[in-house]
Amino acid sequence: MIKNISNLGDAALYCDFGNDVNKEINSNVIQFFKNIQKSKIPGVINITPSYNKLIISFDLNITNFDKIKTEVEQLNFKNKISNVGKLIKIPVCCDNDFALDIKRLEKLLKLQKEEIYKKFFSKKYYCYMTGFVAGMPFLGDLDDSLYARRLDTPRVKVPKNSIGLTEQFCNIYTFESPGGWNIIGKTPLDIFDNKNNSSPNLINPGDTISFFQISKSEFEKKYD
Amino acid sequence: MTENYFEVLRPGINTTFQDNGRKNFYHIGIPFSGAMDNRNFVIANAISNNKKNNPVIEFALQGPKLRFKGNKVYFNVTGDVNFQILRKNKIEEGVCYQNIILENNDCLDLISTNRSVYGYLSVNASFKIDFYLDSCSVNTKAEIGANNGKILEKNQIIKIENITKKYSLNKLDYINSKIENIRVIKGPHFDYFSKTAKELFFKEKFSVTKLTDRMGIRLDGPRIENIKNTNIKSEGLVKGTIQITADGNPIVMLSDHGTIGGYPKIGVVISADYDKLVQIPPGSKIKFKEINLKDAETIYKLYEMETQNLISKTK
Repeated sequence: MIKNISNLGDAALYCDFGNDVNKEINSNVIQFFKNIQKSKIPGVINITPSYNKLIISFDLNITNFDKIKTEVEQLNFKNKISNVGKLIKIPVCCDNDFALDIKRLEKLLKLQKEEIYKKFFSKKYYCYMTGFVAGMPFLGDLDDSLYARRLDTPRVKVPKNSIGLTEQFCNIYTFESPGGWNIIGKTPLDIFDNKNNSSPNLINPGDTISFFQISKSEFEKKYD
Repeated sequence: MTENYFEVLRPGINTTFQDNGRKNFYHIGIPFSGAMDNRNFVIANAISNNKKNNPVIEFALQGPKLRFKGNKVYFNVTGDVNFQILRKNKIEEGVCYQNIILENNDCLDLISTNRSVYGYLSVNASFKIDFYLDSCSVNTKAEIGANNGKILEKNQIIKIENITKKYSLNKLDYINSKIENIRVIKGPHFDYFSKTAKELFFKEKFSVTKLTDRMGIRLDGPRIENIKNTNIKSEGLVKGTIQITADGNPIVMLSDHGTIGGYPKIGVVISADYDKLVQIPPGSKIKFKEINLKDAETIYKLYEMETQNLISKTK
């Protein structure tokens, strides 16, 4: 059961799972997301899971807040879909050309870059949510010795496919865009493929990511 | 068989192909998109006697100038648009909400929108364009949709196919009423703001700034003071959501909005006022008016009935 449902405007449900950010709460959000997606409630047009909220928007011509709220509350999760996502391996090149903020992190975290990378590559990361721009995954949690604040002045252009860190999170810039995360490398993989017309995004909420380091020559090979 | 197409002589400011948007992709970061002013979009197709969701050309402030090549096609323009048809020996002033013929070498000059933002061009045919995730809607940020996810460019060709013969030449009587009061339902973070700020939000006027596009409207007005936290843990957004940024100014999310945001939500614009909200041009003033959910639902029903009524008048 989702305990705390209110309206977000006249055409969306705002399901509140609390204020904490952790894997347990988020797994619960994603389980509801997957089950609601499968239940095909008439009129639902979008479902957005995030750290600890689930927003369900609907077509006001087909249904309304009271109806959808009841339907969501009464969903029978007997044949629960598990919330286990896929494990995806992402290559990252940490050449100085790509690791734009590694020097800043060395200073800020008081760690050598070898130590930073060792800690970064030794953990698996969980995808809390995907979005803001198309396909961008919000991953966590970093080893707490790697927690760093955002850049004081955001970069006007972060190169596409850059890997960024901030606080306990890590993300991958799926488009060249402005941004303030600390950039530590770049992947040759397209995380969002706008030519793929069936499943354009590589990483879905609930998936697990492990990063592995590649050399610049391997990076360049993968681009060919 | 004659090929029918438009040559783009001038692309306009922000001219894109749009239909009624993409569903079910918020969770991977792809917003709804689609025609900004849905009512004028559906009316354009109704006048052309097209299917409800047929792609149209949407333009903002200044529209494109197009030369038609081919046999003949009928088109109509919706919105509040000033346009001309340049024929062989004469210039004809355009009338919105009416089918008009274009013959070989005629030019259609969509000069500007009047005290509004968006206009729509529909033909009694289909444009030969690509679809992405079941929609032609161009989202320039994600580079998806027709025309490789881009706005129209000078000198490009737009192919026209499946021209239908059934259309009416009667003009639909419709005036785009302008509004200044935008009705809003309080958002989940309404109590993040001071008592004075909450009063100011529903009392004072806000100006629509130039930083306004298909993604959102940035407003300028009295500073809305946050007494709790200027950031929240990022969460989903819907179109019409009003967030207050760290500097105390409201931004309203529109059809191409980012799917996730980290600013507190003070309110959400009601569905019935959305089409009119997007038409308010930069430099204008708006005022927010509080309304409850039940009233918003009733007002939407009336708005939708009015739209259906307009559609039936085109038949």
